[in-house]
Formats: sequence, structure tokens, C-alpha cells
Amino acid sequence: MNETAAKLQVRQLSVGYGDKVVQHDLSFNVAAGSIFAIMGGSGCGKSTLMQALIGLLRPSAGSVCFGTEDYWSATEARRTEIGRRFGVLFQSGALWSSMTAAQNVALPLEMFTKLDPATIDALVQLKLSLVGLDVGRDSMPASLSGGMVKRVGLARALSLEPDMLFLDEPSAGLDPISAKRLDDLILDLCHGFGVTVVLVSHDLESLLNICDDGIFLDGNTNTAIAHGAPQALRAHCDNPFVHAFMNREQPATETADHGS
Amino acid sequence: MSEARSDHATLPASRANTETADVTNGEASGPGWTSHTRGVIAVVKLEGDWLVSETYIDRSAARLLQHCASLRGIGFDADRLGHWDSTLLVFLSQLRQASMHAKIDFDETGLPTTTRRLLDLLPVRQVPAATSIRNSALAQDVGVRAIGMWAELVAVTTLVGEITLAAACVLRGRSHMRRIDLLTCVQEAGLEALPIVTIVNVLVGAILAFVGAIELRRFGADIYIANLVAIAVLREMAALMTAIVMSGRTGGAYAAQIATMQGSEEIDALRSFGIPLLDYLILPRVLALISMMPILYIYGSAIGILGGFAVAVAMLNISATIFISQAAGAVTVSEVFFGLTKSIAFGALIAIAGCRVGLRAGRSAADVGRAATASVVLGIVGVITLDAIFAVCANALNF
Repeated sequence: MNETAAKLQVRQLSVGYGDKVVQHDLSFNVAAGSIFAIMGGSGCGKSTLMQALIGLLRPSAGSVCFGTEDYWSATEARRTEIGRRFGVLFQSGALWSSMTAAQNVALPLEMFTKLDPATIDALVQLKLSLVGLDVGRDSMPASLSGGMVKRVGLARALSLEPDMLFLDEPSAGLDPISAKRLDDLILDLCHGFGVTVVLVSHDLESLLNICDDGIFLDGNTNTAIAHGAPQALRAHCDNPFVHAFMNREQPATETADHGS
Repeated sequence: MSEARSDHATLPASRANTETADVTNGEASGPGWTSHTRGVIAVVKLEGDWLVSETYIDRSAARLLQHCASLRGIGFDADRLGHWDSTLLVFLSQLRQASMHAKIDFDETGLPTTTRRLLDLLPVRQVPAATSIRNSALAQDVGVRAIGMWAELVAVTTLVGEITLAAACVLRGRSHMRRIDLLTCVQEAGLEALPIVTIVNVLVGAILAFVGAIELRRFGADIYIANLVAIAVLREMAALMTAIVMSGRTGGAYAAQIATMQGSEEIDALRSFGIPLLDYLILPRVLALISMMPILYIYGSAIGILGGFAVAVAMLNISATIFISQAAGAVTVSEVFFGLTKSIAFGALIAIAGCRVGLRAGRSAADVGRAATASVVLGIVGVITLDAIFAVCANALNF
């Protein structure tokens, strides 16, 4: 990959909690305008890696560079500034429970822009329409369905017009139709706004349909065991576990306990 | 077959043990199985039902294992096997592990296909028991704790400093804090707390009047009940009781709210946007409680004195006008000032304790409960300790 076109460069990254190493020695580039997948079995550390990328968990070693700037060696103020260029969709949606759907999308705009309330409202309605939320804009998160929460979460992630979107299991817990719609939406956003997307998922369908590139994490060796587009990994990957994962097969016996 | 099983089931322990003597003859048996040795190969015949509900049958493979010591292979014959469940799998798994260990060939072909599939799911080697990694060196524990407490002290001090600076920003109108959040917190900590503050303070005032009456009446000094109630309520009880109530009510709620947000990734979402937790979560709560506590204190004092007044007039036959003039004469502005100062300090302490405990909480449902409890305990103990410090200082200053 052309290094200069890389939006995000990760070098020798190790992440973990305390003494526990969750993943180590990860290096990859995310090309600008691409959709990059972080793949792997349940509990292998995909979300932990994501936390290190979005600035919620300081990595134990290595670097995360946005463009040419090393995120973790920047000052805290600068990190916050870089962080505002990201949109993050959390696994659970993580809507602020004391606010309506529309207020959730509006809060970052109110906090960080000097726009007048009418403009903010127009932007909020636009974002909610983009994600296809036509009803329930003034409902509290608790009364929204799982799919709607994800949509509002995505609208909120888009609120500050981010360069990069980080999506943690966007289609988990959604029915196939909603999941497909969300996938299409991610593709549209990526192509339309030129947003670079990093997504954590083990939904094969969406991985194969929308991702251009990716990394496959392993829970046993605690590092990446494959790099490449999900389609390519499915077609030809030497690693039996990755091959089995991408083709939804039972892995060969020697790797039977992978990803548990 | 079923008779055979019940035979074994009712065997006394001593006889069951002597059965192992059969081993030397190339035959062995146990509940549900018999083993015949041909040369160096043993064929284990499984018979009858193997059910977990038959807890009185010892299904251990140990006896068969003794028999297997000099063998080269084990095979199975399951033609007469009845119903079976995990009990059979445990037996077979133990046998398989032991034969692995002793390098005996374990031939599954005689087993039903379904049994073999399930057996394949079990680990071939024994899963090692989790070893405790806890190092219980006393010095290390004490050290880790001490470092943790020091870090917490630094964190709390930093938090107090940050809140002070942020509050100054609010006064200058340059804060990210949303007014609606502040107003919601004010409503929760103010208006909605009135009923319980009323009840507690009326009763405390009344109790003071009763307690005073018992002693003072002996000296014919009933009228000083007014002094006792007014001074005690204004100086101590209204501020203290209101703070204890607010600690249980509002401090616990703050901790629980923030801990819940921790679990639902709401805090992560705030941090990912770079929205300062201080402005969004902590400041509205601390400011609300600091501004409401003095108001609740004044309200609590008035209602507490009213409680004492009601008891004095209605039950102790003291004239209303005399009570009022006596109380008014006893109270000085410094008493009210002292109470107000304390109530502000208590409010800050309760709010900061609640928020800090909530932010430190883990992400599970149990952590929410733990955070609420911890913040209430910390709030009440803190308030009483702080009150004692105030009392000592006031005494030293002749205040």
C-alpha cells in the first residue's frame, strides 16, 4: 500500500490491561477512503484494539499515526482535537440516556460549533434522515429499538463531519434486512463523503460485502495472523483458522480452540 | 440387565471393593460395565442405563483403570447400552485420559456414533486446574494499597481543583456546561428532595423539644426548650440531617447514574467526542448540590424549629409568643452563618464523592450497586467527620 495515502498507520502496537497483553505487534495501514475491517473470533481483542485507536486506552507499546501525526505522543489537548475528527459508533450504541435521539446528535454540535440553534436542528434532521430514522427522533433512547439505537449512534458519529468512522460491531444484534441496510449506508457514506471507515465485525456477510482491506486477529497467539481484504482471505488464505472462519467451516482440529 | 444394575446399586461398600479381585482373572465389572480381557486387549461391555439421576451408583472409572494397567488396548461393546447421558461421557473421558497417559490404545469404534461425536468435543488431555496467580505477600499488598490510596488522593485533589476552575469559568460564562443539565440537577437535588427533608427535620425538631423538656422541666426551666431547639437546629441538626438525607438520596443517585453510564459506554462516547466529563457530568451535579444545600438548610432549620414549636405549644403547654420571642433572642446571625457554611461544604463533599465513586466504577450491573453503596457510606461518614472538624474549629475560635 502506498504509505502516503494511508489515513491511519499503526506500527508495532501492543494493547492490554495492566499486565495482561490482549494483542501485540500489530502493524497495518488504512488507506484514505477505504473500509478497513478488524476481524477475529469473539474475545480476541478487536474492541480493545479499537479503543486504542480512538484514544480510550493507551497502548502499552507502538504507535498510532493519523496522517503523519503520532496520536499517543501528542499532548492531551491535541489528542482531543484529533479525536474530534473521528466518529465512533459503539457496540451498544451508547446513546446518552438522558437525551432524546435528536439531542444526542445535537450535543456535539452545540458543544463544539458556534452554529445557531436553527442550523443545528437542520443538521440534526439531515443526519437522522441520512441514517433513515424517520420516526422516534424525539424519543428517549430507552424506548428505541436496537436497530434505531444503532442508527442514531451512527448519526451522532457523523455529527461533526468526521474524516474517519470507527464502528464497533455495527450490525451485531440486527436482523438481516436492517444489517444489510446499515451496510449499504456505510458504503454510501464512505463513497459519498469520502469517509475512511474502520470497523470491527464478525458478521461475515457485511465483511465480505463492504470491506476493502482488513486485519485478522488471533486470540491464541495474541497478534495478527492475516492481512488483506475479506474477499481475498476467503478465496485464498494459508492459515487454516482464517480460511475456516471466512468460509464458515469447522476449523481443522489443531486450531479447534482458536478464537474462543 | 436392569437387575444387574440394581445388584450393583445395592452392593455394600465392602463387597464393591472386593470385586476388584476379579481383575486378575481377566474379568472385571462395575455398575453398568463388564470387562473381558483377551490377550492384551480389553473389551468393555456397557450395559443398561447410565443416567445422572442415579446418583447412588458410583460411576467412577477408577476400578476399570486398575484393571487396565498391563493392557495395550481398550475396545467397547455397547450393544446392550440403554439410555445414557453425561455420566457415560465422564466415564469414557476419564478412561480415555488414563489410556492416553498409559499409552494404551483407546478404540472408540464400538461406541454409538452420537457418543463418539460428543466425546470428540471433550479435551483429550486433562484441563489443568487454574493455578492461583495471587501473590499474598503482606508487604506487597500493603504497598499496592498505599500507592492506590495516594493515587486516589491525588485524583480527588485534582478533581476538586478542576471543579473550582470550571466553576470560575461558569461564573465568567465560558463553560461547556449545558444549562438544561444544571436545571435538571437543581430540580432533582432541590424541589424533589423537599418532602424527605421536611419529614426528617420536623421530627428532629420535635425530638429535641421532647428530650429537652424531660430535663429542663425538673428545674422549672421549660421555656429554655425554645433556646435548645433553635440553637441545636440552626447550628447542628438542620445542616447535618439534611446532608445525611441528601447523601443517601442524591449522592447515591449520582454514583449510580454515572456508573450506569460507564456500563452502557456513554462515558466512552463522551470521551471519544472529547466532551469534558467535568463540564458535562460533574459540574452540573456539584453546582446543583452546592447551591441547593444552603436553601435546604434554611428550609430545614425553619421546619425543624416549627417541629419543636409544635411540640412545645401543643404538648408542653408553653405559650406560642413566649416560645417565639425566646427563640428569637437565643439565635444569633453567626449561628445561621455557621450552619450555611457547613451546608455548602457538605453539599460539595456529597456531590464530589458521588461523582468520583461513579466514575471509578466498573462496567457491570453489580458495580452500579457497589458504587451507590460506596458513595452513600463515603458521603455519610465524610459529612459527620467534616461536621466534627467544624465543631473543633468553632470551639477553638470561640465561634
